[in-house]
Amino acid sequence: MKYIDEFRDGGLARGLASSIAQEAAPRRAYHLMEFCGGHTHAIARYGLADLLPANVRMIHGPGCPVCVLPIGRIDNAIALAARPGLILCTYADTMRVPASDRSSLLKAKARGADIRMIYSSADAVRIAEENPTREVVFFAIGFETTTPPTAVAILDAQQRGLRNFSVFCNHVVTPAAISNILESKDVRELGTLPIDGFVGPAHVSTVIGTEPYEYFAEEYGRPVVIAGFEPLDVMQAVLMLVRQLNEGRAAVENEFTRAVTREGNAKAKALVAEVFELRRTFEWRGLGEVPYSALSIKEKYRAFDAEARFDVTYRSVPDNKACECGAILRGVKKPADCKVFGTVCTPDNPIGSCMVSSEGACAAHYTYGRFRDAAIVAAQPASAAAP
Amino acid sequence: MTAVRSDYVRPVDFRHGYVDMTHGAGGRATTQLVDELFVRAFDNAWLRQGNDQAAFEIGAGRIVMATDAHVVSPLFFPGGDIGCLAVHGTINDVAMSGARPLYLAATFVLEEGFPLADLRRVVESMAVASREAGVPVITGDTKVVERGKGDGVFITTTGIGVVPPGVEISGDRARPGDRILVSGSMGDHGVAIMSLRENLTFDTTIRSDTAALHGLVAAMISAVPGIRCLRDPTRGGLATTLNELARQSRCGMVIREQDVPVSGQVLAACEFLGLDPLYVANEGKLVAICAAGDADRLLSAMRAHPLGQDAAIVGNVVEDAHHFVQMDTSFGGRRVVDWLTGEQLPRIC
Repeated sequence: MKYIDEFRDGGLARGLASSIAQEAAPRRAYHLMEFCGGHTHAIARYGLADLLPANVRMIHGPGCPVCVLPIGRIDNAIALAARPGLILCTYADTMRVPASDRSSLLKAKARGADIRMIYSSADAVRIAEENPTREVVFFAIGFETTTPPTAVAILDAQQRGLRNFSVFCNHVVTPAAISNILESKDVRELGTLPIDGFVGPAHVSTVIGTEPYEYFAEEYGRPVVIAGFEPLDVMQAVLMLVRQLNEGRAAVENEFTRAVTREGNAKAKALVAEVFELRRTFEWRGLGEVPYSALSIKEKYRAFDAEARFDVTYRSVPDNKACECGAILRGVKKPADCKVFGTVCTPDNPIGSCMVSSEGACAAHYTYGRFRDAAIVAAQPASAAAP
Repeated sequence: MTAVRSDYVRPVDFRHGYVDMTHGAGGRATTQLVDELFVRAFDNAWLRQGNDQAAFEIGAGRIVMATDAHVVSPLFFPGGDIGCLAVHGTINDVAMSGARPLYLAATFVLEEGFPLADLRRVVESMAVASREAGVPVITGDTKVVERGKGDGVFITTTGIGVVPPGVEISGDRARPGDRILVSGSMGDHGVAIMSLRENLTFDTTIRSDTAALHGLVAAMISAVPGIRCLRDPTRGGLATTLNELARQSRCGMVIREQDVPVSGQVLAACEFLGLDPLYVANEGKLVAICAAGDADRLLSAMRAHPLGQDAAIVGNVVEDAHHFVQMDTSFGGRRVVDWLTGEQLPRIC
């Protein structure tokens, strides 16, 4: 397939792998966080860990939009869907996210709620137009990639004079989450989370550009390499990070030049600025309350704001005690460190959100990589378990 | 006074008519629909007898029976429709035991309001598929449900066949060291259906691969009577089928991504839908497992058959207490090929 195969070439990958192995200094460790779930998925799906030397370790970040949605927001969406006559439109990945009382949107749908899985925000507007007597709410989630389409949906609904369409806005912003991680105790005080550099998001950066990351490079001294979602992109970015670290540099570099510029997409940014404003604070699963990390709909478009229209009140709900999603989303723990991973928590019966989306660290590891854990267990002699 | 002609029955209006509740009530309308549509299309001695069952002789050998419900949406798709699919699906389930399929039974659940023209199209397609396969539909049933309680038509078919002596094919017979083969490109049916699904419409020339595989199976068995496992990778695709076989046989499997045949169009469609072709349904392909020494002979036999031209050896059966199916990616890494979870979900960002 033209333009895809080129980025999945095994020969090139082996070349990059040997460059990384040669250039990575054997005496030091390289802890690289891939912020974005798209990278987490690519790393797992193509088995990239097999191609990296042992001292180059990838740490999965919180950039999976489904994973970071807190339980309380899912509860809100289920409550909205339970309103008589209301149609809730949602991207499919949110359907299975566990909510309070063992519920989920999927279970609410089975109980009779009218929940429609859509592929595009435009589908939600179309459904509203086709059902003029019913309230249609679009459950909007995601990082900067999915925000402009939501803005377009609101402007489009306004232009069409739709009075039955509104958006339950849960859009979050990337830089605030990166700051939160770099400011966390784990990184600054405890040292439990060594992060030497970041693989920066692909699609998010096509919108916001590379400029917002310059602060992290300058202020925190961490190199950032923006990378595409193809496996070769990730390998190339890892090599670029290793080189920067070897040279003692901390700059923002762009591996994904075929799609990302320094300024980003001006039109998309203008659309977002027209419709949304920063929330003072927003709860993230794993990170807790993060100031100025999410968007709400501006007063000017209040008519399309489901939170105002249906008087949605947020109630924070703690995660399941056994679930380590919080620590995994912060990069402090690995999926296999969680006691319920692969036992009671599996993609078919997720306890935590990281096991839901294919971009979640746990789901990616379970689906593609868990044979590595099995190999470790199998390699240990039985006596090793004894004290 | 007008004379009423004796025995006159106005023919069913297959051009403008719709299924109504009387078609399932068991009265004249039901009988008329059965006679004018089903018996005429499937025409054979058993149906003409008009009994509620069909009686037949079966030769020596083990009898195989399989049943399959068909609820595909949309009913008509590039390369086929629910009718031929209902014939192929059950014939294939019977054939995957190594059996020669002999007879089919068919049950139609019709929704009130379903256009009779569409029903006729479906039934005629079924009749063609059954004739081409040489497997007649010899008994059946028709029910009608109220509007809104069905989706046009659901078809359940049941098939009976006989396994020739000496053939022992079963999902639990794979052994470490065996080879895994597939009969052709993966994912065509699923992508053809998906290209028509609500709000996903995209242009493609991909056609469903729906086909009856018993001819291919017969050719394979005559080349390698000791085939261990056969299965058609329908719902859940190749990945799910291999996991089923690994679990049944209590072994692991390792396949090579670069050897699994997938067409460029299916790859491209999967790429933008966020799907993995290994999990996309097929309706005219099979997976075979045989001893390593038989693999080349089996491959040649498959490639010599029109439905196996693109057959390939894709991997090996290995010892593995965890029964993992793993894949060496064309990128050079290795990963698990897991069971399908939930529905196939597209990525959202």
